[in-house]
Amino acid sequence: MLQDPLLNVIPFAALFLPLAGFAALSLFGDAIQREGNARGAGVVASATCLGSFGLLVWSGARLAGLLADPDGLRFSQPYLLGEGALRMDWIEAGSVRIPFSLLLDPLSLVMGLTVSGVGFLIHVYSIGYMAHDGESVRYFSYLNLFTFFMLLLVLGGSLPLLFVGWEGVGLCSYLLIGFWYRKQSASDAGKKAFVVNRIGDAALIVGMILAFHSFGTLDLVDLGTNVGSKPAEAMGALGPITLTCLLLFLGACGKSAQLPLHVWLPDAMEGPTPVSALIHAATMVTGGVYLVARLAPLYASSETAMAVVAIVGTLTAFVAATIALVQTDIKRVLAYSTVSQLGYMFLACGVGAFGVAVFHLFTHAFFKALLFLGSGSVIHALSGEQDMRRMGGLRRRIPWTFWTFLVGTLALAGVPPLAGFFSKDAILAGALAAHSELLFGVGLATAVLTAFYMGRLLVLTFFGEYRGHEDPAHPIHESPPSMLAPLVALAMGSALAGAASIPAFVGPALRVPAVEHPHAPWLPWVATAGALLGLVAAAYLYSVYTDVPRRMGERLRPVARALEAKYGFDLAYDWIASRVIVAGSERALWRGIDVGLIDGLVNGIGRGAASLARGARGAQTGLLRGYALVTLGGAVALLAYLLWLR
Amino acid sequence: MSPGIPVDHALLLSAALFGIGACGVFLRRNLIAIFMCIELMLNAVNLAFVAFSRAHGTLDGQVLVFFVMTVAAAEAAVGLAIVIALQRHRDSVDADSFDLLRF
Amino acid sequence: MDAALFYLLGALALGSSIVVIAQPNPIRSALALIVTLCCLAGIFGLLGSPFIAALQVIVYAGAIMVLFLFVLMLLNVEPERGPGRSRQLTFAAVALAVALSAQLGSVLVRGDRGAGVEGFRAPSVDMARVLFSESFLYAFEAVAVLILAALVGAVVLAKRELP
Repeated sequence: MLQDPLLNVIPFAALFLPLAGFAALSLFGDAIQREGNARGAGVVASATCLGSFGLLVWSGARLAGLLADPDGLRFSQPYLLGEGALRMDWIEAGSVRIPFSLLLDPLSLVMGLTVSGVGFLIHVYSIGYMAHDGESVRYFSYLNLFTFFMLLLVLGGSLPLLFVGWEGVGLCSYLLIGFWYRKQSASDAGKKAFVVNRIGDAALIVGMILAFHSFGTLDLVDLGTNVGSKPAEAMGALGPITLTCLLLFLGACGKSAQLPLHVWLPDAMEGPTPVSALIHAATMVTGGVYLVARLAPLYASSETAMAVVAIVGTLTAFVAATIALVQTDIKRVLAYSTVSQLGYMFLACGVGAFGVAVFHLFTHAFFKALLFLGSGSVIHALSGEQDMRRMGGLRRRIPWTFWTFLVGTLALAGVPPLAGFFSKDAILAGALAAHSELLFGVGLATAVLTAFYMGRLLVLTFFGEYRGHEDPAHPIHESPPSMLAPLVALAMGSALAGAASIPAFVGPALRVPAVEHPHAPWLPWVATAGALLGLVAAAYLYSVYTDVPRRMGERLRPVARALEAKYGFDLAYDWIASRVIVAGSERALWRGIDVGLIDGLVNGIGRGAASLARGARGAQTGLLRGYALVTLGGAVALLAYLLWLR
Repeated sequence: MSPGIPVDHALLLSAALFGIGACGVFLRRNLIAIFMCIELMLNAVNLAFVAFSRAHGTLDGQVLVFFVMTVAAAEAAVGLAIVIALQRHRDSVDADSFDLLRF
Repeated sequence: MDAALFYLLGALALGSSIVVIAQPNPIRSALALIVTLCCLAGIFGLLGSPFIAALQVIVYAGAIMVLFLFVLMLLNVEPERGPGRSRQLTFAAVALAVALSAQLGSVLVRGDRGAGVEGFRAPSVDMARVLFSESFLYAFEAVAVLILAALVGAVVLAKRELP
């Protein structure tokens, strides 16, 4: 479309650079590992990430320069690469032609920069974290592969390409969660993640088919612009548009761990901590949010779909926050916190504030990655301990970790002027603007809970007396600079990211009318007060009145049990899987149909043939006279026919 | 020099003899008896041929009878030789005892 | 007069053929068959084929049946006992044979042929003339070879294996 040959090529380079890193590392990985150059592998992997980041920055700047709008709105039209002379048809089936095209617009740039930027920091962190692991080269190759697929997801120009990236990150998630595959729980968790994702993916595929059937196209740009041409009935409660939106949202629930497909995310903490930071905090799980935001015009035209998205998001946010209250593993708390924050993003989408959702996605990437990496630093310092009940008083022993972690906690809780405050505040404002007081109330309550469980985590880990057993051979030590530098960088990002006016930046790319800001000047004060309330309460309950939580737990025994059982989701799924699916398959499908019906049919045919043959054998009497008689009978019959019956 | 032996009656006699012979083939158990019934059938056919020869007034029928008789003689010789060989094998000329084709 | 003779001989032939099939003792069957053959010879003569009648007596009754009797004596056969392995066979056989006769009869007596030539009588010379004529000469010689082959075959089949 635009006359810039470089701009037609550079984004593809940015996309394929991590893939080249994966290829190099997998081809030469064994050699590198044996020579003891694992550190070098990490550097290579980080370099490809940084390279992608740089190329995307260049692409964005170039595009802004070329498409500068005199009204100040920067490139509100999307720039579709891979069209015109460079068109490469990826799928050609009859009249359907899907090119391998990339979409560059504010939304995809924000996502792409987040993926490659935060990804780069996490790669660097991993160099230090995985230094003692004997298979780190495999790890880095997987990380690079993941980066490639994630970039494909956010840069892809049509739904099928997005879906390739979608499946690819699911695959890498499985590979990385089960990285330490010799550990049974890790490989189980990997399988669980993949299977639950698959359920969502099935819905996604059906949604894609429905979208193609309704609109005749799967191009992301065309899907957005063609919505207006549909008649009103199509947007009714069961119209094709609503169904498409709901199905795609179900797929997003799988990827972004919303109710009821959230069960894989806490288990995914079996993987290395940087993996949790990258995949299950900053990037992969945000893929679902990206999908909904990208198809914002589609969703905005269906009230039913919007309502479903908002309700599911809010519910998930609240439920996950309550479960986080009783977790004792530091990473599990953060996992449920991620689920909860993703719920916030969907809440924002559901009330029409798509740009705000992306904004929260952006800030959340920073502070959640920071928190995960910080917890990784704590675990590393304690040589593998993850249970908060055996931590405490670490703030003097690992100060750098502590201070960066504090920044992350405050950002997540929503304390101004850190990033989380701005994005979370905007979400609550959006809920008010859409006149959903109920959602606003639940969202506010969840914010208080968020602050509370984060405060609990902070206090249990860093304050008070150390409750664990320190092994003199492995003393508590601060992490190496390769791990601390990314922490500091992310801390700065968490602090300053609020200043980026993302909603305004991506707004035009979303092609939906912006949500007007409600006139509620009291909102920031109330939100801040709630956050501080949560933090202070946690501080008191866990450092001073340490008895109270235990007594509360005893008094509210049923509630505590429900929370500890995670509301029984895992039990329910296990029951469905083992009772319904496995037992049902065994009894009905295997014994009933396969053995009984099919084998019975086939064997029955055999037996029938055998018995038929046994019966027919009786004709072979061996009696000469009998045979002759039959011959005579035949002759008589033939003559009878010829003579009398004709 | 005789008029009116009704040819039709001769033919009916031929058919009757043929049927009787056929009956005998299935009713007798002795191999040689079966053979004799077959000879009976052949003779019935001969009768038919001769009757037709008279009806048409040509000699073709009789010539055919001549050949039939000759072949019947050859066949009887060979067939009886076979029966002798069989009897030597199984020490029986009962048709029912040659049931090797039985399943 | 001829007609009466014909009916007499016919009845006799029928009767003795019934004896052939009904008599359990095969020797007696053979003798009854000889009677049948002789009756047929007479009928052949009445139908104007004296040559054939003579042949019937000489070849059929005189040679073939004698051969039968020789073999019967040689093998020392015993009279049959009972219907054997299949009783339904009897009934079915009779029924089918009756049907067959009926069918054959119905075929034979219709048709477009003359009622018969008055005073038809074929002398042997005419027979010889036809037999050695061009139409039947080859057949005649072939039949001779056939008899030779049968002769050899019969000897080979029936001879005893030398120890």
